[in-house]
Amino acid sequence: MSDTISDVTVSLTVNGRRHTVTCEPRKLLTDVLRDDLLLTGTHVGCEHGACGACTVLLDGAAVRSCLLFAAQLDGATLTTVEGMANADGSLNDVQQAMQDNHGLQCGFCTPGVVVSLTAYLRDHPDPTDDEIRIALSGNLCRCTGYQGIVNAARQAAVNPRAKGVAR
Amino acid sequence: MKPSKFHYYAPATVGEAVLLLAEHGDDAKVLAGGQSLVPLMSLRLSSVGHLVDLNRIAGLDTIGRSNGHLRIGALVRQSAAEHSAIVVTEAPLVAKALPHIGHFQIRNRGTVGGSIAHADPASELPAVALALDAMLEATGPNGARRIASTDFFHGQWQTALAGDEMLTAIDFPVWGAHSGFAVEEVARRHGDFALCGAVCGVQLDGERISRATIGLFGVGSTPIRATLAEQALLAGGAGTDLTAVANEAAASIDPSGDIHASGAYRKQVTAVVVRRALTKAIEEARS
Repeated sequence: MSDTISDVTVSLTVNGRRHTVTCEPRKLLTDVLRDDLLLTGTHVGCEHGACGACTVLLDGAAVRSCLLFAAQLDGATLTTVEGMANADGSLNDVQQAMQDNHGLQCGFCTPGVVVSLTAYLRDHPDPTDDEIRIALSGNLCRCTGYQGIVNAARQAAVNPRAKGVAR
Repeated sequence: MKPSKFHYYAPATVGEAVLLLAEHGDDAKVLAGGQSLVPLMSLRLSSVGHLVDLNRIAGLDTIGRSNGHLRIGALVRQSAAEHSAIVVTEAPLVAKALPHIGHFQIRNRGTVGGSIAHADPASELPAVALALDAMLEATGPNGARRIASTDFFHGQWQTALAGDEMLTAIDFPVWGAHSGFAVEEVARRHGDFALCGAVCGVQLDGERISRATIGLFGVGSTPIRATLAEQALLAGGAGTDLTAVANEAAASIDPSGDIHASGAYRKQVTAVVVRRALTKAIEEARS
């Protein structure tokens, strides 16, 4: 196409902060988060919705940020992994459980896992092991295997921190 | 990879959206949940000059009863339908199929209408629409028309929708008492597209089967009804040899093979998923 494509301007609230971004319509939310807002915790793995590393919360719902154009999101409220910690800066239950259970090795998939599990456990506070594995099926991890992540999910589900896990 | 450049529109009404489609013809595409379209664009398998985003259109995301049907607006998110009490009671087959789609993060964004209009032959909702004889409401510049699901699926990713039309609602018939439904599929990993699958429904009148439907997916260029097998069920009743019925269903298809499974394997597994789904559906109809 020869005709000019104009940029779009959108306002986004990300982790409680309001941002205004001007970009090409084709710019993926992932790239706006990373390149424009410098929130590089959201990782880009497959960039076609398969790996889950770019998962963020859109108005509270876990979604793939690589399958959204920023242009679509004027007025939206987003939470990235940078917004997952508790208000006092301490790790949230899922983050703490991931640390306690060695749920990460290289850490590439971790942001997507933390965001996904935080949303999932908020909506399903008492999942079975099978349900945990199904919930995690949208997040690919290529190094630890999934046992540590499943254990973390189990701990975060039954134990808002207090039960204690050997470190 | 990144999508190629496109003009972006976010119309506020269906009328504005279809006018944009009419204006830009084959170079325009509607964007619903984007869970299939955006990957195709990012992989550059699809190049769209004019992207018409439906997500700002109000009123397409409602679910309600209408004339013996359950009407689901095209833009209802799959997760919303999955957790909707009225979908569970009035169109249980839809509710049972939804958890098989992708992962919960995909269903939070993906829409019921988008999946049907995308018409991937390996996806669940087109098979459900076909099996239930759903009516599909298409809206174009001249208004709305209803398309029977039997006339809707023309081929892989091909439907009866004209270039200037969009799917606006799906009417799923409500079956009522003594009915049972099941979805069975085989996929390499949870959330993957199925190698093959079956959606089944039966309604019992005592031991007689008064209504039966078998929809197959992943085994052709469109979802497929196993009509001969349905007739065998209707003739034989609830005590029919389900293995024979399932073999009849498998005999009616000629799936092609790919890197994941040969055609012969798909055919064989189709018999298995049909038998399992029918067993469950009859059990549920009896309870």
